[in-house]
Amino acid sequence: MEEIKQMIAPYNKLLLAGCGTCVTVCWAGGEKEVGILASQLRLARSAEGKEISILEATVERQCEKEMAAELKDKVGEVEAVLSLACGAGVQTMAELFEEKPIFPALNTAFIGMPEKEGLWVEMCGACGDCFLDRTGGICPMVRCAKGLLNGPCGGTRRGGKCEIDPEKDCAWVLIYRRLEKQGRLDLMRKYYPPKNFRAVKSPGRIQAVKA
Amino acid sequence: MRGEIVAFCCERSAYPAADLAGKGKLCYPDNLRVIRIPCAGRVDAIHILKAFEKGAAAVLVLGCEDGACHHITGNIRARERVRYCDMLLKEVGLDGGRVGMFNVAPNETHKFVRIVNEMNEKIKESGETK
Repeated sequence: MEEIKQMIAPYNKLLLAGCGTCVTVCWAGGEKEVGILASQLRLARSAEGKEISILEATVERQCEKEMAAELKDKVGEVEAVLSLACGAGVQTMAELFEEKPIFPALNTAFIGMPEKEGLWVEMCGACGDCFLDRTGGICPMVRCAKGLLNGPCGGTRRGGKCEIDPEKDCAWVLIYRRLEKQGRLDLMRKYYPPKNFRAVKSPGRIQAVKA
Repeated sequence: MRGEIVAFCCERSAYPAADLAGKGKLCYPDNLRVIRIPCAGRVDAIHILKAFEKGAAAVLVLGCEDGACHHITGNIRARERVRYCDMLLKEVGLDGGRVGMFNVAPNETHKFVRIVNEMNEKIKESGETK
């Protein structure tokens, strides 16, 4: 909150732009969160004895130019935009509305899935060289704290937990149990050479080829 | 709304209690604004924040007693939301304790009056009341 307050300190007319897709289901940047943050910022300004005018708007997906462009009129009315989208959405907005400063309200952390209500876990590192066929659909690159490709380290705790964080499962214990269920434990005995980390050159760019 | 206490009152418990308090000629502060709601679980963080934005000095969410919610978990959800709101308000530098959730049975008129009076005293001490 302090970081956000500092970013927007010089501005008195703001647009809070939410995104209706990933950040909405992550309870971080949808219509509801836009309303709450806008209200908090108004209260913070009024506590300082200053005024602020905040517009609120949420589009379906901020990372798609056609959808983000729906905010054009509102962006025209304000001095700056505070985006509650992920990093991709913030940058799409920044590219579309080059003349206005676009600030990020969120720190985008990872590609994950909801494990239970209110808990998200990282699942994919978007490495471009998928390994899931050999590990029973569990990615050791992101779900193992050390990103090991050839079985667990020596730090697996009792109960199959990770030595780095006892709250987290050891990915390789999960992989072993999954492969055991599938009768494919032979895959555990194979040696895998280091992964190709150049499969997707950074920055990623993929052009679809139409048939 | 400056300096007022906004009380979101469940129509099955706190609202009848407020009504009975009036009928029983019990005195409570005149800066109280009662808002009738179908269940304490209807109150969302944004409703509480909007009340403060409009100048309310304190917000009360008054619902059924534990285990008595007609909608099963409305009062439990309300309590969690009030706690969440307290955190949101602290983040923007507003003192804690200006939002509270209490359980009031429909016949607990004195409890209703006590809760409102206590909150009123609290905001008077912090110089928030009109």
